[in-house]
Amino acid sequence: MQAIKRKKQKETIIEGFFLICAFVAVISVLAITVFVFYNGLKPFVSNSYPLWDFLTGVEWRPGSNMYGIFYMIVGSIFATFGAILIGVPVAILTAVYISEMAGSRVGKMIRFAVELLAGIPSVLYGVFGLGIIVPYVLKISPMAQGESLLATIMVLAIMILPTVVSISETSISAVPKEYREGSYALGASKIQTIFKVVLPAGRSGIMTGVILGIGRAIGETMAVMLVCGNPIAGIPTSLFDQIRPLTTNIALEMGYASGVHQELLYSTGVVLFIFIMIINLAVNKLVKAKVGS
Amino acid sequence: MSKSLKKVLVSLLVGATVLTLAGCGSSGTTTSTSKEAISGEINGGGSTSVQKIIDAAGSEFTALNPEAKFTYSGTGSSDGIKGATAGTYSFGCASRELKTEEKGSLTELIFAYDGIAIVVNPANTVTNLTKEQIGKIYMGEITNWSEVGGADAPIVVVSREDGSGTRSAVEELVGFAEKLKADATIKEGNGNVQTTVAGNANAVGYVSLTFVDKTVKAVDVNSVKASVDNVKNKSYAISRPFLAMYDKSKVDDATLAFLDFLMSTEGQAIVEEHGGIAV
Repeated sequence: MQAIKRKKQKETIIEGFFLICAFVAVISVLAITVFVFYNGLKPFVSNSYPLWDFLTGVEWRPGSNMYGIFYMIVGSIFATFGAILIGVPVAILTAVYISEMAGSRVGKMIRFAVELLAGIPSVLYGVFGLGIIVPYVLKISPMAQGESLLATIMVLAIMILPTVVSISETSISAVPKEYREGSYALGASKIQTIFKVVLPAGRSGIMTGVILGIGRAIGETMAVMLVCGNPIAGIPTSLFDQIRPLTTNIALEMGYASGVHQELLYSTGVVLFIFIMIINLAVNKLVKAKVGS
Repeated sequence: MSKSLKKVLVSLLVGATVLTLAGCGSSGTTTSTSKEAISGEINGGGSTSVQKIIDAAGSEFTALNPEAKFTYSGTGSSDGIKGATAGTYSFGCASRELKTEEKGSLTELIFAYDGIAIVVNPANTVTNLTKEQIGKIYMGEITNWSEVGGADAPIVVVSREDGSGTRSAVEELVGFAEKLKADATIKEGNGNVQTTVAGNANAVGYVSLTFVDKTVKAVDVNSVKASVDNVKNKSYAISRPFLAMYDKSKVDDATLAFLDFLMSTEGQAIVEEHGGIAV
């Protein structure tokens, strides 16, 4: 009797410990949200800067009281879209190759390389971009500098590979063997089976990977800061134009900013936050749809 | 993090020393030979460019002298001079030379110099630029190297992020404040500007004089070489002194002790740590 009671007590204590651990994440996310929104909405509530000018302005000159982030929103979206356009096909084909085609040794090697890619600190991607990609872009660019939307897209495309590859691969491997066997039995070739049966069956998992990749691309800061050029104005109209994404705007100036300038950097964070939340909601919905089907 | 740790350690040490001294006092020797603890309020104000240096020196000073209180308000050089003259600040700071009418009864103390080099790619044939040309390049009025005696190639303008002390110093000294051309490449930190200029044959940038290395070429400004000596002898144009000043008749001991600390080896190390040139 006593032994059972003691056992139960132990269980409750351990359970409590787990609960505390779980709350660390919850409290952190709440604290960050409240902090960013509180500071970021202040300038608009106190009317020290009009929200409309902030969201639609195309020049960022804190010294002249001009804080427009529209060109940054456009830059962020273009860079993310471009990275997805290049990175996702490469990633999905890599995932297919690893799980469907490669022998176990080659597959292991590629998987190891992709995992290693995920572990490289982002600032090193930036240094690589600045040292290799930017000079290359400069060679083909009609502009005089290599820092550009194109360089940013290329760095980001590499950076999202590990996320998209590993999640896609998991979902492709989870497609039941019978699906493939059925396809082969109907006389389909391997390529036909992959594109008509396996990929559609793993669709929702692959989409989750893509959306997480979008999240990674839009939130990336350090690597992008080194290769994007960070101009103080101008909506990008060509691949060779420089951009200033939302993230780098915050990272560049937070160190020195004060007053309204600082608050509007938090506001930039709020805009970024809203983007990320939309992406997360999309992921949740997809995951639910997957469970439902 | 390590700095605050250092502060804690220093205050602990000071505390221990004080305790030991107190112990000595009670055991008979009533005449205290050690110098008196510095106490009182030091409130400085003025130039925002010196704020990082002064704030760092101030917190180090108060860590060493827990009895003293230190504040510094960055309100601009002119305000610092006025405040020091009127006595509203116990000392004022300016990041420019005083005009004759401002000098009055003030005692000036140069505690650091600020010098900024204009750097180009080593492949660039341009070796000299006038201050006016630099201003025009940064405002986008000169856009080709051939206009300043170089090859026929577009100029890639590299600048620093808004709020950077180096940027505000260049803007102020060269005279293009808030008129930077819109498509200038912005890089964070001296190191990144240097890497960018080293990697692009047509780029021009500016870095703290102490940062220049072999990967870039510092051009002469108004035919004067960018060097620490030329900054100190005031012949190099993109430089300025960092001044502290006070009125001798009004100054208190705590302020003088702080300024002494600023000029000491330790204080000058803080100056260099925050991008200044030690005197």
